[in-house]
Amino acid sequence: MTQQSQPSADSPAVYPAVNYLNADRGVKSWLLTLDHKRIAVMYLVSVLVMFLVGGIFAMAIRLELLTPEPTIMGANTYNRMFTLHGVVMIFLFMIPAIPGVFGNFCMPLMLGAKDVAFPKLNLLSLYLYWTGAILAISAMVFGGVDTGWTFYAPYSTTTPMTVFPALLGVFILGFSSILTGLNFIVTIHTLRAPGLTWMRMQLFVWAIYATSIIQVLATPVIGLTVMLVGIEKVGGFGLFDATKGGDPVLFQHFFWFYSHPAVYIMVLPSMGVVSDAIAAFARKNVFGYKMIAYSSLGIAFVGFFAWGHHMFVSGQSPFDNGAFAVISMFVGVFTAIKVFNWVGTLYRGAILVSAPFVYICGFLFFVVFGGMTGIAVATVSLDVHWHDTYFVVAHFHFIMVGAVIMGFLIAIHYWFPKMFGRKYHEGWGLVAASFIVLGFIATFIPQFLVGNAGMPRRYYMYPERFQAMNVASTAGSSLLAFGFIIIAIYLIYALLRGEIAGDNPWNSKGIEWLTTSPPDKHNFPKPIVVTQDPHSYQQPGEEVEHVVI
Amino acid sequence: MSSSDGHAQTPRHPQLAGHFDTIGQQDYAARLGMWLFLGTEVLLFAGLFLGYTVYRHFYHETFHHCSRALSIEYGTTNTIILITSSLFVAIAYWAVKVGKKPMALFMLALTILCALAFLFIKYLEYKHKFEVGELPGKWFRAEELMKYPAANMYFTIYFLTTGLHAFHVIVGMTVLAFVMKGIISGRYRPDYYVPVELGALYWHLVDLVWIFLFPLLYLI
Repeated sequence: MTQQSQPSADSPAVYPAVNYLNADRGVKSWLLTLDHKRIAVMYLVSVLVMFLVGGIFAMAIRLELLTPEPTIMGANTYNRMFTLHGVVMIFLFMIPAIPGVFGNFCMPLMLGAKDVAFPKLNLLSLYLYWTGAILAISAMVFGGVDTGWTFYAPYSTTTPMTVFPALLGVFILGFSSILTGLNFIVTIHTLRAPGLTWMRMQLFVWAIYATSIIQVLATPVIGLTVMLVGIEKVGGFGLFDATKGGDPVLFQHFFWFYSHPAVYIMVLPSMGVVSDAIAAFARKNVFGYKMIAYSSLGIAFVGFFAWGHHMFVSGQSPFDNGAFAVISMFVGVFTAIKVFNWVGTLYRGAILVSAPFVYICGFLFFVVFGGMTGIAVATVSLDVHWHDTYFVVAHFHFIMVGAVIMGFLIAIHYWFPKMFGRKYHEGWGLVAASFIVLGFIATFIPQFLVGNAGMPRRYYMYPERFQAMNVASTAGSSLLAFGFIIIAIYLIYALLRGEIAGDNPWNSKGIEWLTTSPPDKHNFPKPIVVTQDPHSYQQPGEEVEHVVI
Repeated sequence: MSSSDGHAQTPRHPQLAGHFDTIGQQDYAARLGMWLFLGTEVLLFAGLFLGYTVYRHFYHETFHHCSRALSIEYGTTNTIILITSSLFVAIAYWAVKVGKKPMALFMLALTILCALAFLFIKYLEYKHKFEVGELPGKWFRAEELMKYPAANMYFTIYFLTTGLHAFHVIVGMTVLAFVMKGIISGRYRPDYYVPVELGALYWHLVDLVWIFLFPLLYLI
């Protein structure tokens, strides 16, 4: 972090003596806070713990798959492991991660607002998240759930495992997600600073807006779905039980009506992070601002009508299969619009090679590769072959997990100085970033190959001919784990001893950088008035004219 | 350039939260939030309506015959009660707006009374269903309906939809009770009536869901 930090001689980097982190003291001042920044920090700690937990289960799965025979666990434990891994990573990490942490922290700042529209509701979301997390995890750890994160009926309604508390946990987590989305939509509508028109909003805000719409519209349906499965499990109503006249496929429709759009709840915020950061690290205005903004809404819209591609082999009519396949491919069109515009932003930019930039490159690779394989699995004839194999596992880890984790890592590196007022060590950042990106590729490329060769998902044993690829995948996952350990060490060091960052170490044009780092309890010292377009990097040598204070 | 400085001179509205500039902005936020929340409620019920559609499509004969087992008299009475209660809550909202405090309280009390009447009639209906065994899934034991395939499915849908609706009636009553408390304490008055509006909106949703449930369950 030497070349890019350029506080001019007359403004040395200062750490504000009073800021949101130390304005009030004591545990109570955190647990009862209404400050969106403190809530964001609590979300950050929570989702990192969840990421660690989910990661440990992932490593256990990879260790088990090291050999064709049982390695460290039996079949039942393995089933519980992949359920834990899926539920924790999806409901407790990927869905709340970027909106909960960076949406909460940065979005009000990017609007020039003092807080979100409903601060109490925001705190309630966090508490619901904690409640749901404790319920779901304790049900899975102490009771045991072996259904996979999809809770497919009728297995989930007939298995003797403790599915009900886990479902209740997911139901409560759904409420947390709905309230966050509702809060963000209202905040973006009502709390924009004077002059901040819709077409002047930063692209991260647009992405959060699109995400929130999906959260509000889709999540009630998963709430109802898990409620029905729970009632089914306890009361035996037979809603999804074919012997009582019920239809198990109806469950799949209900489930994927939420869970397919949920993929975009996870990936859209990440795309928003990239849109914001790519401009900052290319030192260029975003190419195709409106295209990127509208394509977020496009993905949100089309994403609602693509769920049937999860059910190509569930007995849907060929016409439905074809329709869902075509609609799914439209998601690829909107994603491609974004990718071309990001690459257009990089073209002839003054690129700052740094840890976030390495993750941006990783993100672009994962989104393109995962997106292309997405088009492939959306093709009905191909999907019949790949369905429930490791090919699909590798595909969604590339597009969903790869993109979300890259976005999360970009965000945490890019906004770390803003959140905590200190800099991380750029050298170690680059080392860790290389480990992560290469480790990710090494983990999941072999899974594409082994899946295409016919290895099904969710089995703890496999024929010997698949072993080489599985060993490669497990080796890759240890590279990934190693990378995360390095990140954890240098970020904790930076938190305690890091160099003082100053207000705007990246020289970014985002509105969130106009306040001190860390920001004041009330965000900005004086009201913000926006007079420029977003991401206006291309006035070399000019003073920042983004705002008049 | 800056427009936000002007507010410092005018006294702030007592109900205005610190992060809003004007009471208008805060009201707009509250209304938008409520409408979004109502949207999520509609989607929650939408899932059940979809389940209804699917199973009525599968077993339309059964649905037709099982529907006869419901009491149209009770259903109609409850529909009238709920629609009337919506009128009461709308009058209450108007009364708060123009400052007729006793009228508002009276109308809200009538609304809650209607809600209680609705729940009582619902209780009578449920009681009868339990007695004759017209119940969901494995509890179903109504002999005369056994000849229709999947007759239990109709009652599964019936209990899920009306049960979830009854739960919303109870929540709505509680909301309106809190609104009454706010009016009594003087917090909600002609210059700050948005919470009353939001409570009334919620009550209208409860009413609206029933207006769809009644024909779909009783009149087929």
